[in-house]
Amino acid sequence: MAEATRVAVTGAAAELLARLRRRHGELMFHQSGGCCDGSSPMCYPDGDFLTGDADVHLGDLTVADSADGPGAGGTGTSFTVPVWMSRAQFEYWSHTHLTIDVVPGRGAGFSVEAPEGVRFLIRSRLFTDAEAAALRD
Amino acid sequence: MTVYTPPGQPGSIVEYRSRYDHWIGGEYVAPAGGEYFENPSPVTGQTFTEVARGTAEDIERALDAAHGAAPAWGRTSVTERANVLNAVADRIEANLERIAVAESWENGKPVRETLGADIPLAIDHFRYFAGAIRAQEGSISEIDGDTIAYHFHEPLGVVGQIIPWNFPILMATWKLAPALAAGNAVVLKPAEQTPASILYLMDIIGDLLPPGVLNIVNGFGVEAGKPLASSPRIRKIAFTGETTTGRLIMQYASQNIIPVTLELGGKSPNVFFSDVAAERDDFYDKALEGFTMFAFNQGEVCTCPSRALIQADIYDQFLGDALERTKAAVQGNPLDTETMVGAQASNDQLEKILSYLDIGQAEGARVLTGGERVDLGGDLTGGYYVAPTVFEGKNSMRIFQEEIFGPVVSVTEFGDYDDAIKTANDTLYGLGAGVWTRDGTTAYRAGRDIQAGRVWTNCYHAYPAAAAFGGYKGSGVGRENHKMMLDHYQQTKNLLVSYSGVRDGFF
Repeated sequence: MAEATRVAVTGAAAELLARLRRRHGELMFHQSGGCCDGSSPMCYPDGDFLTGDADVHLGDLTVADSADGPGAGGTGTSFTVPVWMSRAQFEYWSHTHLTIDVVPGRGAGFSVEAPEGVRFLIRSRLFTDAEAAALRD
Repeated sequence: MTVYTPPGQPGSIVEYRSRYDHWIGGEYVAPAGGEYFENPSPVTGQTFTEVARGTAEDIERALDAAHGAAPAWGRTSVTERANVLNAVADRIEANLERIAVAESWENGKPVRETLGADIPLAIDHFRYFAGAIRAQEGSISEIDGDTIAYHFHEPLGVVGQIIPWNFPILMATWKLAPALAAGNAVVLKPAEQTPASILYLMDIIGDLLPPGVLNIVNGFGVEAGKPLASSPRIRKIAFTGETTTGRLIMQYASQNIIPVTLELGGKSPNVFFSDVAAERDDFYDKALEGFTMFAFNQGEVCTCPSRALIQADIYDQFLGDALERTKAAVQGNPLDTETMVGAQASNDQLEKILSYLDIGQAEGARVLTGGERVDLGGDLTGGYYVAPTVFEGKNSMRIFQEEIFGPVVSVTEFGDYDDAIKTANDTLYGLGAGVWTRDGTTAYRAGRDIQAGRVWTNCYHAYPAAAAFGGYKGSGVGRENHKMMLDHYQQTKNLLVSYSGVRDGFF
């Protein structure tokens, strides 16, 4: 059966996550809805944002903590970052695959990357029929 | 027609400082960490000033100042506080034009809006709450002949307020006017994208408020907003923003057992019933303007009418006319009074909007106009401009369900009344809505059936101070505007007094 994931991360966002983790410890994402800086992925120290039955765990990003090359300075191992979304919002998003990217900018909110002058951003695509079938199983 | 000279250039009526510290205790205070962040204008993408990067230490210092000022401010007479608010309003009015230009430069919104809406509304808001606090009364309940319950309003003390960037001065005023009128001291954190225009305003009105009554700390959410929202030294937190941060703020508030008010956005339906097109008259013209209001403030409004629902029998005709009206919207230099659509407030905002233009098309929605970034050339090439965009699609699509916060409307049709209400309410949010009809009964029924805090009926995007504003469902908790806002910033003190000399008889 085909493997299908709901979330992915771009190379640039992964490098940023590795740097942020060195400063803030383990991280998590919660996809926001609503106003102003909403409809964006919010990155927090893991556990800072309380998730519960009102949320869906979309998956875990696996991110390299590179010892050398781009994003160097890490341990050479990898770590995971869980991605969450409110259950109500997921009803409307469930047919799309989400990739966390990063762009220059200035988000408000409490997301930890903002002081770096960048902002995480969601890029979306529709699941293929094969992916949709795999996710249903 | 006027084209204002950009702030900082010879001949401009606005001179921003090259650097802004925090406003604490009635004076500028350098940030404890010594760091500043750059503040670009979305008009050109170029930095025009730098702003103190606040941290927990700065928040503590602001809270010290606020706690120092709160007891005396809370004991002033309502007349005295009303006089201060009226003086603030008068001072803003006397400087309206330059404040309007300053805000346009920082936010990217057309100066015609700051001149005609943002700043005049802010002035009126201070005056409204100056009046409301003087007219407010406590109450007495006569429990029995000898027992009286007195109810007094008391200020909460020190409150925290976190302000969004879409109306930097008006949104600050919505929170400040009732809080100050009610006798509270405030620590306010503006948005990172618009940290300077509120300080430009403080340079104009700062001397009118006793030191420490209003303190402004800039900085990033994680570094300055979080220490404010999670502080055990505030008695209330008010926030306008999005849902995840809203939940986080409620979470912090729960740890300190303090109230929150949250305004968290929406996906507001704008419903056009068939009888709108019964005549080609002024009302029809007004309804077309109502449709086009999605581009007001570049769509960066929590109540942006971002879903247009048009009854099937007028769909083609009305949408055709509405597209024509949309295409007539003049996009350009925000400092030009002819400009109707200016710049998005930040680069990440621009990128997010573009990402929605992608997913909208991927889901099969049709772009009827717009759908792309705009390069206005010259100095404006680096600015963040998006063409007003009309999508046609289905309400289940993500562009119908998520707040894009850009000049983007998603249009669909409905068959009958029940269909209209079902689609209008098929959303996580419930902040605003629009209903357009010539039939009073339909207007009333639809207004009551739509689950939203504000249903504009045959109008849209009006924000008078005396009309309560706030959300149903995922759009938040509490209200802004209206004299009821005083309650959100007051404790109720009950004195339960017996005038009887006779014991109860229990012991």
